[in-house]
Amino acid sequence: MDVVSRNNVVVTGNEAGPVVLLAHGFGCDQNLWRLVVPLLAETYRVVLFDHVGAGLSDVAAWTAERYSSLDAYADDVLTICRELDLRDVVLVGHSVSAMIAVLAANREPERFAKLVLLTPSPRYVDDGDYRGGFSRADIDELLDALEANYLGWSAVMAPVIMDNPGRPELGQELTNSFCRTDPEIARVFARVTFLSDNRSDLAKVTVPTLVVQCARDAIAPREVGQFVHDQVRGSELVTLDAVGHCPQLSAPEATAAAIAEFAGGR
Amino acid sequence: MSGSGGIEPELSALLEDSVEDLYDNAPCGYVSTLLDGTIVKINATLLRWLGLERDAVVGRTSFPDLLTVGGRIYYETHFAPLLHMQGEVGGVALELRAAEGTRLPVLLTSAVKTDAGGKAQLIRTTVFAARDRRTYEEELLRAREQAERERDRAQRLARVLQQTLLPPVLPEVPGMQAAAYYHPASRDQVGGDFYDLFPLPGDTWGFFLGDVSGKGENAAVVTSLIRYTLRGAAVFDPDPVSVLAHLNSVLYQASEGRYPRFCTVICGSVRPDGDGAVLTLAGGGHTPALVFRADGTSSLLHLRGGQLVGALPEARFVTAEIRLGPGDAVLLYTDGLTEARTGADSWYSEEDLRDELGGLAPATAPGVVEAVIRVLEDLGDGVEDDTALLALSVPALDGDRA
Repeated sequence: MDVVSRNNVVVTGNEAGPVVLLAHGFGCDQNLWRLVVPLLAETYRVVLFDHVGAGLSDVAAWTAERYSSLDAYADDVLTICRELDLRDVVLVGHSVSAMIAVLAANREPERFAKLVLLTPSPRYVDDGDYRGGFSRADIDELLDALEANYLGWSAVMAPVIMDNPGRPELGQELTNSFCRTDPEIARVFARVTFLSDNRSDLAKVTVPTLVVQCARDAIAPREVGQFVHDQVRGSELVTLDAVGHCPQLSAPEATAAAIAEFAGGR
Repeated sequence: MSGSGGIEPELSALLEDSVEDLYDNAPCGYVSTLLDGTIVKINATLLRWLGLERDAVVGRTSFPDLLTVGGRIYYETHFAPLLHMQGEVGGVALELRAAEGTRLPVLLTSAVKTDAGGKAQLIRTTVFAARDRRTYEEELLRAREQAERERDRAQRLARVLQQTLLPPVLPEVPGMQAAAYYHPASRDQVGGDFYDLFPLPGDTWGFFLGDVSGKGENAAVVTSLIRYTLRGAAVFDPDPVSVLAHLNSVLYQASEGRYPRFCTVICGSVRPDGDGAVLTLAGGGHTPALVFRADGTSSLLHLRGGQLVGALPEARFVTAEIRLGPGDAVLLYTDGLTEARTGADSWYSEEDLRDELGGLAPATAPGVVEAVIRVLEDLGDGVEDDTALLALSVPALDGDRA
């Protein structure tokens, strides 16, 4: 299967503009960028995709073995860039995709013009003096919450959803679909997201990098954003006056402005 | 109550609950927050459940802060984004942290309140206590996990049992090549097909391949009995007809008054003969063998008249002898292959197999088996029964065309 269908790649915006590749994080799919895309589309060629296992990606391409490491996700990002022949890419990674972006940029730095790490955390679990904000027990609680909530997912509905993307008459049944995931995939993705440790990858970044954090974010607290900024040489840090982990939804104008200002081109 | 009179006065008085009382003492929790999560209004029911004072909460506490830490991650990564995108999220199971460290399992439903212009103003949330419901769901989850574990165990057992009924590796037969394959139709059940290749006294080798009626644990019992009977009988007297006669007696006796135990089987022996080998075959009701000649021709070797083994006290078996020269091969197979479904009313046949594999010249045992595996892959789900393959060949002479 080609990567465009595998990752549900969507290309929009200004065809002649610089490429902005938006990578969604743990929990939902590319719809999370819906308020930011119109703000970037005039200037940039905006490329969106769903990670394998999320949104309308090809779930059959997902295996627990392959997707038990963030490297596989970084590999997919690089494949998308290669297949679409994207160059001088401004890669924007939200949440766990910030680290996926770091891994991809470290493997093929020549492919990327700039990196934007949106509410990043290189390690969620506390470790010695390092404060990620969470304990191992907290992550187990998250796994319990995932287990108790199959938002918009059921084995019965799955084939309908997969076979009928974008059919409005299914709208009612597709409630919560932006954040639906096969429970097993969600469990594996949660583990790889919250138990990975990418602190040592930050110092290897050579692509110009912007760190964007929220003033109050329970998932990626400010001290973690500061840590990322300190570790990535020459990076810039912007703190948005926003609450929560998804500023592209709660503060889309400020998020788009931060991306655009750093990306240049307008 | 009369049709047009409405509600009677006594009842009406009861229903004149103040709206405030209805809100505060509703049988569920109500909480309203600003978009950043700060609690601006909360009802008495929820305060009581949480063991909190209103003044300590309103304007001071963020609702997501009342969740367990892991639940908070779920809230921020799933609930909050969905609420932004859809304007409402319903029936999400999380836990609230109540006073004194206790936890309250709840079901949360939230909706965004917008102003006339559609701009989001507040988030309204209802909180249902869900301890019993969650306990029940957890039991269901545990039962499902248990069922999945049991299924894994059953599949592992079936796989291991299957392996014990087949030779782990085929022995080396001097001057010949041998190859075998087993295609299980189900991961949950032990199949009823079997084969073996083993040394006999002198420079002779014995082999057999067959199919037991039925599948599952009963078939496995019979398969085990057949395998050891055939090997024992062949050592005692390697003549294939007497081997089958011996098996027939054993199976017929074992069947008496119980689960019927019979099978179809081809058994035989092979001994070197100049630059080739001579095979003696005996058949009991089994599908014909397929013979490949070095010149690219192929034919079915019918053993017509051979009867099912174990069904009758005295069964008749038919024997044949063939010589394999350099570049010749023979394939034994079970009817999982030749009874595979190819359409609503059509099945793959022995002739289809012969035609499809014709032209494999010079044929080698591994080459024949690989070709049949490709046929099986093409038939896909049409293969409804297990399929066993055993092929023997004499290598082509050096200098023959490849």
